[in-house]
Amino acid sequence: MGQGFVSRGFHGRRQQSALTDRIPPGQYLERGFPVLSAGPTPHTPLAAWDFTVEGVVNQPKRWTWEEFRALPHEEITVDIHCVTKWSKLDTRWEGVSIDTLLQQIAPTSEARYVVAFSDGGYTTNLPLDEVRGGQAWVVYAYEGQPLAPEHGGPARLLVPHLYFWKSAKWVRGLQLVEEDEPGFWESLGYNNHGDPWKEERYQGD
Amino acid sequence: MERRALPGRLVWKLGDVVATREETARATSITLAVPNWSGHRAGQHVDVRLTAEDGYQVERSYSIASPPAEAPRLTLTVERLGDGEVSPYLVDELRVGDKLELRGPIGGYFVWEASVGGPLLLVAGGSGIVPLMAMIRQRAAVGSTVPTRLLYSSRTYDEIIYREELEQLVTSRSTGLEVIHTLTRAQPMGWTGYDRRIDGEMLREVAWPISERPLSFICGPTPFVETAAASLVTLGYELARIKTERFGPTGESAVSGASGASGGE
Amino acid sequence: METKLDGNAAGGVLREIFPFEMTDAQVTCVGCGATNAIGALGAYMHGMGTVLRCPSCDYVLMRMAHANGQYWLDMRGVRVLQIREETVQAQ
Repeated sequence: MGQGFVSRGFHGRRQQSALTDRIPPGQYLERGFPVLSAGPTPHTPLAAWDFTVEGVVNQPKRWTWEEFRALPHEEITVDIHCVTKWSKLDTRWEGVSIDTLLQQIAPTSEARYVVAFSDGGYTTNLPLDEVRGGQAWVVYAYEGQPLAPEHGGPARLLVPHLYFWKSAKWVRGLQLVEEDEPGFWESLGYNNHGDPWKEERYQGD
Repeated sequence: MERRALPGRLVWKLGDVVATREETARATSITLAVPNWSGHRAGQHVDVRLTAEDGYQVERSYSIASPPAEAPRLTLTVERLGDGEVSPYLVDELRVGDKLELRGPIGGYFVWEASVGGPLLLVAGGSGIVPLMAMIRQRAAVGSTVPTRLLYSSRTYDEIIYREELEQLVTSRSTGLEVIHTLTRAQPMGWTGYDRRIDGEMLREVAWPISERPLSFICGPTPFVETAAASLVTLGYELARIKTERFGPTGESAVSGASGASGGE
Repeated sequence: METKLDGNAAGGVLREIFPFEMTDAQVTCVGCGATNAIGALGAYMHGMGTVLRCPSCDYVLMRMAHANGQYWLDMRGVRVLQIREETVQAQ
């Protein structure tokens, strides 16, 4: 039932696009910026906010909001791809490269993976090699404005080469670990890696 | 008794649109004939699924507006949300003779039948009236006299869904149904009713005494529901006898996937 | 604004997995011990899955996803689940 049924006259809100080489397989271009949350929006006051890099590192470090904002930062324009099939091109962000943070904490040779953790308990895991070399940032501005709370403000992770669930909202730190630790969605059927160009959406893909 | 092919399973079915009715400028009722429809309880909803030619699918939940007494027909009332993906299709495009894929009825928590009793306090924000109207209609259909008060918030007089039907139920039936409107954006000349968003003071004036152990159903946009529920708790209403059905933020579009009931998008 | 709904909005998803109505089943929160009907939980639902949280303390009671022909259900946040006989038998 329903395999062949088509709703007469229904097209959905998707945009057609000629930019097919920038849109990964199975994705469509989205005009808006959908909000997907697994829980209530946290409202951590900036005076209480900090960012921590810890785990198998030589020098764990903690930055307050002022200290974090004083770090070298950059503006980047990237395409983002959500596993729920929407993509947005040329999104503009501002924040601190993970390379900048890693320089300060000197990971040990045992460090092979990263677990990003957020206010509210969300986690996601990534190979350490995929957050260095200009592949990941902690961002606090979107399209020239401070990052809105529903989109992860005051700061979120940004890892545009992977599905957007890896760009953890409300990020508060990174834990460097030896063994991979599947995060919130990775432990519930989603792909451990999440490359949109290989359509690594779910476990077994 | 009809036997279903797969006992216990909730399957997608194709309903025929047999009637549509414009309730207000934004809201339309859609009546469906669904094969093997097993009936429903007032307050339940259905999940609706739309499929485009390329296979793209979107699901939304909509409360059933019709009372169980009208089975095997069922009616949904949908409010068009400006940037919605599904509601504009249901309100503006769907017509008699089309088919609509749905599954249900769903829900065992936000439901009422006369045997449950009262007194009832129904609090509706905009299209949140839909599941509460199913309860009011069912109450009328079975001749229940459970004391019932509906506090119904709408933007303007013309946007009150089911306005005339509610008037008729109040004046012609005299069965203990009271309807109190509040119009939040604009009021007609000579309006003597409430003219602001619901708040603790308004609920205090409308609510049943807590000694009567009232049962409350609140439905509408999420901020509306949270304000009303918090106010009732402050008034001393028992938490377990306050039932809520949030629709999500008004006008906000959710990504494809079931989201909220009646007017979720 | 995040889209917080009530657990009754997850009724359809739950009905895909359980062959009876689950929204009036009672669940006890591992976090704070509060007992509520599933229909009264806070529901966060979007294209990735469904997360049901305690209305008192926001602890995650249940999370569900549907991927590659598998349903994934994590109920670690539920200390105990109570379902009435008539709910299970009503088919």
